[in-house]
Amino acid sequence: MSDISAANPLYRARKRRNVFMLAVSAAALAFGLFWLVWILATLLYEGGNALLRISLYFQMTPPPGADGGLANAIAGSLIMVGAGTLIGTPVGILAGTYLAEYGRAGWLASATRFLNDILLSAPSIVIGLFVYSVYVAQVGHFSGWAGSMALGLLVVPVVVRTTDDMLKLVPDSLREAAAALGCPQWTVIVRVTYRAARAGILTGILLAVARISGETAPLLFTSLNNQFWSLDMNQPMANLPVVIFQFAMSPYEDWHRLAWGGAALITLAVLALNIVARVLFRKTV
Amino acid sequence: MSAIANMIGGLAEGPPPASSVSRTIPEASLRRHHRLDQLFRFATRGFAFLVLALLAGILISLVVGSVPSIKAFGFGFLASADWNPVTERFGALAPIVGTLATSFIALLIGIPVSFGIALFLTELSPAWLRRPLGTAVELLAAIPSIIYGMWGLFVFVPVFQSYIQPLLIGTLGKVPGVGHLFAGPPFGIGMLTAGLILSIMVIPFITAVMRDVFELVPPLLKESAYALGGTTWEVVWRVVLPYTKIGVIGGIMLGLGRALGETMAVTFVIGNAHRLSASLMQPGNSIASALANEFTEAVGDLYFSSLIELGLILFVITSIVLALSKLLLMGLARQEGTRT
Repeated sequence: MSDISAANPLYRARKRRNVFMLAVSAAALAFGLFWLVWILATLLYEGGNALLRISLYFQMTPPPGADGGLANAIAGSLIMVGAGTLIGTPVGILAGTYLAEYGRAGWLASATRFLNDILLSAPSIVIGLFVYSVYVAQVGHFSGWAGSMALGLLVVPVVVRTTDDMLKLVPDSLREAAAALGCPQWTVIVRVTYRAARAGILTGILLAVARISGETAPLLFTSLNNQFWSLDMNQPMANLPVVIFQFAMSPYEDWHRLAWGGAALITLAVLALNIVARVLFRKTV
Repeated sequence: MSAIANMIGGLAEGPPPASSVSRTIPEASLRRHHRLDQLFRFATRGFAFLVLALLAGILISLVVGSVPSIKAFGFGFLASADWNPVTERFGALAPIVGTLATSFIALLIGIPVSFGIALFLTELSPAWLRRPLGTAVELLAAIPSIIYGMWGLFVFVPVFQSYIQPLLIGTLGKVPGVGHLFAGPPFGIGMLTAGLILSIMVIPFITAVMRDVFELVPPLLKESAYALGGTTWEVVWRVVLPYTKIGVIGGIMLGLGRALGETMAVTFVIGNAHRLSASLMQPGNSIASALANEFTEAVGDLYFSSLIELGLILFVITSIVLALSKLLLMGLARQEGTRT
């Protein structure tokens, strides 16, 4: 019989190996969190001061060497993110409704679900190329509408996915109860299942907004940038991500400072949206 | 609409006494609801189609845009490393190699780290720490990619250039066989830097999938392994991992899909040089970063079309990788369904 006491060398080797591997696993977690902390600390350190200056929110993006803020870029970002959400959300919710409510067995639902997941992770720069070819190239100029469209297309797969998932969580007994009361199917969906899944769907929309708020690549080819205050959606429109990109890549020190301010602003907004979405979701599930 | 509300209200009060006159729903109301039902069903179906059409539309528009370049260069486009706007000779080899190399580095680092984090979160972490730690790792995915790029360029690159790169050149650079990968002056920027930053960006995606599939392992299986005297590591390595193998590979593919198409972070730190170099320390290029840098400045139809063809190549590669990932994960879910 083999010796199973603590003195058995094989036994000790296995235990040592276990402790070592678990330590490595903890180190991996520390490695992951290390970057998060480093990035956030840098943003606060470099962008914190800029965030506290009122001029950041009220002055336009300056030429190099002059004083200025990001007001036009902030406004442009808000408008395009808002318009993009308004374009993408209804499409996403209705398509998601089909997947969860009507198409449980059909080919269309499984095909859409599959391809939607591909779209969800597809490179956003390709969406920019698409909007460029079908809209910008036809109209002949960059515009806020084109940017909103690109962002809207990025919203769609996120909302489709969450709507589908959240509606599927609603117990069928609820639908059956409503149907037994004589509701037509569309009333069941609009009045019963939507209500039951409301918080989950809202979470999906918030996550979609968070995702498009920081998107840069698709805007490069669609809305481009605008140095001046402009609310005309048919003109090139300033937006935070592209301004950050241009300013950070420039050789000017004061542009860098503004870029850090913008970066801190976007990151705080996006993280806040993510956290709100999580809290909202946790309360209901 | 109010008719139906009344109807529900009326019925919800309970069944009418047997003696009362039975209520009938007017024929017109039934017809109207039938029509609305059809309409709603039709509308949702239409939007589901729209999602399909969107993917097809992207593919078609990219193919149409690439026609001039495909005509001019044929398959040679994939094998040529030329990129000369003046003579209008274009080839995709350098950006393709750059994209694959940076993604490979990202996975090389990302996979073990993600596995470690998933292991910690599912097996080691005290229950109360699980959620905050998990959320913190997921927040890595929430940080916009442009922030990674900017931070990489201004903060990480200087550190990397003055401390880590000289060290790598001095040690790994002298190892025969792999030495040429780490040769050359420390620029700070380059393919290795881009790969490292990508690795941080794919960690949350791979970790999330690994965590999810690790939690699918039936407790009975793990408990049996523990009861046989297995250590935590042995249980994870010999029971959990083999059981979830397919899902883990699916997660890795998802991370790969993300890494291949990542644009802004890479654009900031890869150096944007259209050339093939043997060393990972040298500036390079990826498909996405070439697009981000050159697309709005491209003049000439052929230049333009070549860039769109690059986009097409990227889209096709990522779609295949993501489709594989999805198939693997779906396979796991189905297997899970039959096993119960």
